[in-house]
Amino acid sequence: MTTTSVRRRLLGETPRPAWMPRPKPPVIAAKALALVIVTALVLVPFLIVVATSLAPKDEVLAKGGWVVWPDSITFQAYADVLAGGVVTRATLISAGVTLVGTALSLGCTVAMAYALARPGLLGGRPVLLMVLFTFLFTPGMIPTYLVVQQLGLLDSFSALILPVLVNAFNLVVLRGFFQGIPADLIEAAKIDGAGELRVLLRIVVPLSKAAIAVVGLFYAVAYWNSFFNAILFLNDSSKWPIQVVLRQYVLEGSPLAGSVENAEARVNAPTSIQMAVLVLAMLPIVCVYPFVQRHFVKGVLTGAIKS
Amino acid sequence: MTGSPPAAPPAAAHAGRPPTAPARSRRSRLRRDLPLLLLLLPGLAYFLVFHYGAIFGYVVAFQDYVPFLGVTGSQWVGLDNFERIFADPAVWNAIANTVQISLLQLVFYFPAPLALALLLHSVTYGAVRRFVQSVVYLPHFISWVIVVALFQQILGGAGVLNTWLGDNGLHTVDVIGNPDLFQPLVVAQVIWKDAGWGSIIFLAALYTVDDQLYEASAIDGAGWWRRLWHVTLPSIRPIIVLLFILKLGDILSVGFEQIFLQRNAVGPEVAEVLDTFVYYSGVLGGDWGYATAVGLFKGVVGAVLVYAANKVAHRLGEQGVYK
Repeated sequence: MTTTSVRRRLLGETPRPAWMPRPKPPVIAAKALALVIVTALVLVPFLIVVATSLAPKDEVLAKGGWVVWPDSITFQAYADVLAGGVVTRATLISAGVTLVGTALSLGCTVAMAYALARPGLLGGRPVLLMVLFTFLFTPGMIPTYLVVQQLGLLDSFSALILPVLVNAFNLVVLRGFFQGIPADLIEAAKIDGAGELRVLLRIVVPLSKAAIAVVGLFYAVAYWNSFFNAILFLNDSSKWPIQVVLRQYVLEGSPLAGSVENAEARVNAPTSIQMAVLVLAMLPIVCVYPFVQRHFVKGVLTGAIKS
Repeated sequence: MTGSPPAAPPAAAHAGRPPTAPARSRRSRLRRDLPLLLLLLPGLAYFLVFHYGAIFGYVVAFQDYVPFLGVTGSQWVGLDNFERIFADPAVWNAIANTVQISLLQLVFYFPAPLALALLLHSVTYGAVRRFVQSVVYLPHFISWVIVVALFQQILGGAGVLNTWLGDNGLHTVDVIGNPDLFQPLVVAQVIWKDAGWGSIIFLAALYTVDDQLYEASAIDGAGWWRRLWHVTLPSIRPIIVLLFILKLGDILSVGFEQIFLQRNAVGPEVAEVLDTFVYYSGVLGGDWGYATAVGLFKGVVGAVLVYAANKVAHRLGEQGVYK
C-alpha cells in the first residue's frame, strides 16, 4: 500500500467495510466511553490548571486551593506575573532563544539535508555515516560541558542553542523528504541557470513546506522546553529561561521574589499565580500546535517509512 | 574518503545528473559540488565540534580532573576511575534503578500506544478520530517540568485529588514524594506524556493491513477477537518486534529530565539513574574524572546494546517479511 493511501485513511473517513457487521450498541457505548476517558485524562489536568489560574484569589482560597470551573474570571494572576519581574524576563528569554534557535537550526538542517540528498555529492557518504553514527553514540553530559566551556559559551544564551543546533533525526527525515523531489525538476532549474541556493529556496523548500513545518515545530518545542541545558550551562540566574523559573516557583515552591509587586499576593502565594506561570510556559506550544499538527502524519510517516 | 571509486559510476546511477565523463577527477567534482559543500558546512561543523570534538572530552575519564588545572594540568590516573565503578555500590544502585525503570516501561508503557492505536483504528468517524488524535498527541510537546508540575498539582499532598478526598472525609493518598511509588509514578507519567504520540506509528501500520485478509476472515466467521489475534496483530508484528527490540537496546537511558526533576523529593535510593549519577557526582560533586568514567561506561555499553538490538531487529525483520 502506498504512503498516500495510508495517509488518506489516517486523516479521512474510513467507512465501515461491507464485511464488518454493524457493531452492537453496547460495543459502540464501550468504545465511546474509552475515547471519552482517554481524552479526559489528557484534557482535565490542563482544564484545572487554566481554571485555577483564571479564578479570583478568594475563590481559590475558599475552595481549598483548586478550581475546576471558576464562578468568575479574572486575569489578575497574569497581570501580577507579567508585571515586569522574573517571569516576564524569563518568558522573553525563552521567546528569544526559541526564535533565534529555530531559525538557525532550521537553516542549517535544511541546507545540510539538501546537500546530502543530492546523489553523488563529493564526500556525501562519509558525512552521512558520521551523522548516522551519532544515533549509536552521543557524547554525554560532561564532555559536552567541557566543549561548551572551552568555547567560552558558559553563561551565554548560545549555550542553549549551539550544543543542540542540528538534530540527526530531523536531518534524516528532511533528507528523505528531499530525496522524493523529482531530480528532473532540479536539473531543469539548473539548466535555466539557477544556482544551488536558488534551487533550494525556490523549488525544494516550497515543495517541502509540510515537512519543514513539522521539523520547525520539533525544534521550536525543543528550544521552548529547554530546561536542563540551562541548568547545566547558565549559572547566572538572571539568564534563566521560563522552564527553569517554572521549576523554581511551582515544583520547588520558592517565593516569587521580585515578580509580584503587591504584598498581599506574596503573602498568600495563591495557586493562581503558580498556575498562571504554568499556563504561560505551555501557551506558545498550545497555540502553534493545531496549525502544524495536521502535517504530522505526512512528516512522521515519511520519516518512519524511510527508516 | 580513500574508498571512493576510481571511476565515476555510470550516469544512469546518478539519475538527474548530466552525463559525466567516465573518469571525473576529484578536483572537478569538488568544483561542481562546491556550492553544495558550502551549504553542508555549518551542519557539518556542528557535528564535528559537538559530537566528534566532544568525544575527546572523555580523556577526563582517565584523569583526576580538576577544572582549575584543565585537561593538560590534571593528573593521569589510568584506569583507576573505571576500577572504582565496580566497587561502588552507588553506581550499582543507579544501574539497578535504571534497568528497573526501563523494564517497568517495557511491560507497562510499551503496550499502551498499541492499545490506543487499536482503539483509534476502530473509530470510523474521521472527525472523532482526528479530534482524539489531536488531543492525545499534545502532551508529547509539553515539557517535563510542566508534566511533573501537573502530576504534582493533581496527585500531590495538597493537590486536587487529596483536597477532594480530604473534603469528603476520605483517606488521602500519598503518591508524590513516596519512594515506594516513585517508579510506577515515573512510568505513569511516561504513559500520559507519550502513549498518544507513540500510537502514530502503530496506527500507520494498522492502515497498511490488507483489507482482503479481514474480509476473508469475516466470511469464515471470525469474530472481533479472532480477527485481532489472527489478522491484525500478525500483520503488524514486524513493527511491534522492531520497536520492542529498539527499546530493549535503549535500556540504559531513561528520561533524564523527568527523573532529575523528581529525584530530590524521594531520594537517590530509588531515583538515582546513571545519567543523574553523572550529574550529581561530577558536575555538582566535583568528582569529574569518575563521573565521566561512569558516563563513558554507560555510553559504550548503551552503544553496544543499541547495535546488537539493531542487528537482531534486522534479522527478525527479514524473517518477518520473507518467511
